[in-house]
Amino acid sequence: MTALIENNVYLILFLPPATAVVLMMLPGYLLSARLNMASSFLTFLAAVSLFVAKPASGNYLLVDDLNIVFVVLNTFVAFTTSVFSASYIAHELETGHLSELHLRFYHTLYQVLLGAMNLALVANNIGLMWVAIEVATLTTVLMVGIYRTDRALEAAWKYFILGSVGIALALFGTILIYMAARPVVGEGLNGMVWTVLIVHVAKFDPALLDLAFVFLLLGYGTKVGLAPLHAWLPDAHAEGPTPISAVLSGLLLNVALYAVLRFKLLMAANPLAMAPGPLMETLGLLSLVFAAFMLYRRQDIKRMFAYSSIEHMGIITFAFGMGGPLANFAGLLHMTMHSLTKSAIFFAVGQIAQAKGTQKIDDIRGLTLSHPVLGWGLVLGVVAIAGMPPTGVFMSEFLVAGSTIARAPLLAVPLVIGLLVAFGALMWRLHGLAFGEPTGSTTPVAASSLPLVTHLGLVLLAGIWLPPPLVAWFQHVAAMLH
Amino acid sequence: MDRLSFDIAHLVAGGLVLVSFMLLYQDRLFALLNMFALQAVVLALSVGWQAYVQDAPHLYITAAITLAFKAIVIPVALHRIVARLGIHREVETVVATVPTMLAGIALVSLSMVVMLRVTQGADALAREDLAFALSVVLLGLLMMVTRRNAVSQVVGFMSLENGLILAATGAKGMPLVVEISVAFSILIALIVIGIFLFRIRERFDSVDLQALDESRGESR
Repeated sequence: MTALIENNVYLILFLPPATAVVLMMLPGYLLSARLNMASSFLTFLAAVSLFVAKPASGNYLLVDDLNIVFVVLNTFVAFTTSVFSASYIAHELETGHLSELHLRFYHTLYQVLLGAMNLALVANNIGLMWVAIEVATLTTVLMVGIYRTDRALEAAWKYFILGSVGIALALFGTILIYMAARPVVGEGLNGMVWTVLIVHVAKFDPALLDLAFVFLLLGYGTKVGLAPLHAWLPDAHAEGPTPISAVLSGLLLNVALYAVLRFKLLMAANPLAMAPGPLMETLGLLSLVFAAFMLYRRQDIKRMFAYSSIEHMGIITFAFGMGGPLANFAGLLHMTMHSLTKSAIFFAVGQIAQAKGTQKIDDIRGLTLSHPVLGWGLVLGVVAIAGMPPTGVFMSEFLVAGSTIARAPLLAVPLVIGLLVAFGALMWRLHGLAFGEPTGSTTPVAASSLPLVTHLGLVLLAGIWLPPPLVAWFQHVAAMLH
Repeated sequence: MDRLSFDIAHLVAGGLVLVSFMLLYQDRLFALLNMFALQAVVLALSVGWQAYVQDAPHLYITAAITLAFKAIVIPVALHRIVARLGIHREVETVVATVPTMLAGIALVSLSMVVMLRVTQGADALAREDLAFALSVVLLGLLMMVTRRNAVSQVVGFMSLENGLILAATGAKGMPLVVEISVAFSILIALIVIGIFLFRIRERFDSVDLQALDESRGESR
């Protein structure tokens, strides 16, 4: 047991790919789905044990207080999504959307994706981090295209092209960071090790760092889904299997944002380099306002929530761009709340779309009457994501807005406008979806609503009472982020 | 570093930019693929020369991969796909040749101005290499934007990636270069040829992305 805990970081890295190999061989979707769940749960436990026993950082891996938050959140949502996915895919198999072979492929990729995201989060080497994010991108491309309909293929193709361009720009930025580091830390591996870089970054050439950060922000920003580089995101969310939408929104966007944060820390440690904040604030606000207005015209329910993800990633990027203890705290909290709430919404939406046989918003009415648990779950989720009290999202949005008003009142204007516009759009759409005369099928869904209820419960709880150790941890991380 | 080896490195990297320009105006798919193979050969030369100059034997691996994979395997495979799909007659460009070339010239000058100004501290070879690499990256991006056909978009992406390899090998002593080039090559081959093109052909009988656009359900 102690040996397991000591090697916990290797466990979260190697358990998913090992499971993937087994899943590749395993026939029968029921067993695969269970194994997928069990393995995700074990990975989550290993991630939690990082709190107890933090491994020493090496040339390749690093576990510090910042990325533990990401790893734990990531593995938790990955686990609940695997529970949701088990019942979701059973339905897809019944309706003939996917075959057994597809499901084997799907489960394998799910674990590969999980492993790649964990690697990206604990990588100390910026080259390794890049490789991990690249692998994560390509696995999700395959998963988005899994239905092989015209639209799924278009979405996957668009995602592949834009994601690759983003990832290519990020690599160029990574090379530039190495170029900047080489004269100071010498040739070889050290020039890419984050913990070495952060010690020596003050002596790096600021001009090269500036240029590198622009490429990194644009590159990884594409993966975060920041406007104007977001074009892949709504398609990928709408056309892929719903568990993948949940994983994309709840996890992969965070992983890319984490990469941006690491480089932001480097920039902040060099006094002569440009301040990374204003760039992030601009992109964040742009995404927020743009996505808020785009919410109105959406016909497809998954596409609408994809735009809502762009909006929230905008808020989080903006908060981290502002910096300072309060805004960073709000950013961390908002990221956590958004991951939980948005994946809960996708759980609900996935089951709704399966029950009603459509994703068109206009064709879905009166959910609270036809499917009470799902309907009210969706209502709660949307109310939470729109930022109404007493949910956790309200609290984090309030903190973001509060610290903006205190420090840069002018920026608060577009921020608040964006929040209100998005709020209006979501409420308007929600009214139609949840209330009124039910349309379509009213057969109850067989799937478990446990993941949905768990996530929403956590979000509600966070709005009412945040555990003091969590607050202390977030405050500590917020201080780390400058 | 002596003058001659610098000049040779400069010449080969410059040649890569030149070939990137030539890629821009190829309007037949077969010619485009041949030109891409040529670009890969030039890149392999450049990487090989860097390996020799920097005395970094692992870069020979990257050069060999580039030569075998990008100059031979991928072009041949794409040749076959194009022939089988019967789309070898023409590349449809969204933007006409002249504006594309002008935009390309603007992008190259932009990258020269930016990179040479920013990297004043670095050594001469790395500076030139980075400037050329950024030019190749931007030209690859431009090609992806101006083409509609799936095959030529992939070629654009691979040419962009060639620019990245040039940058990575020019950065002296950079770790993981071989791994990155291997990962890139394998994944591109796997995804693009194996799955996408096959499926897209299966569904549309065309690899024209315009056909993909028409199948969108965003506006009704």
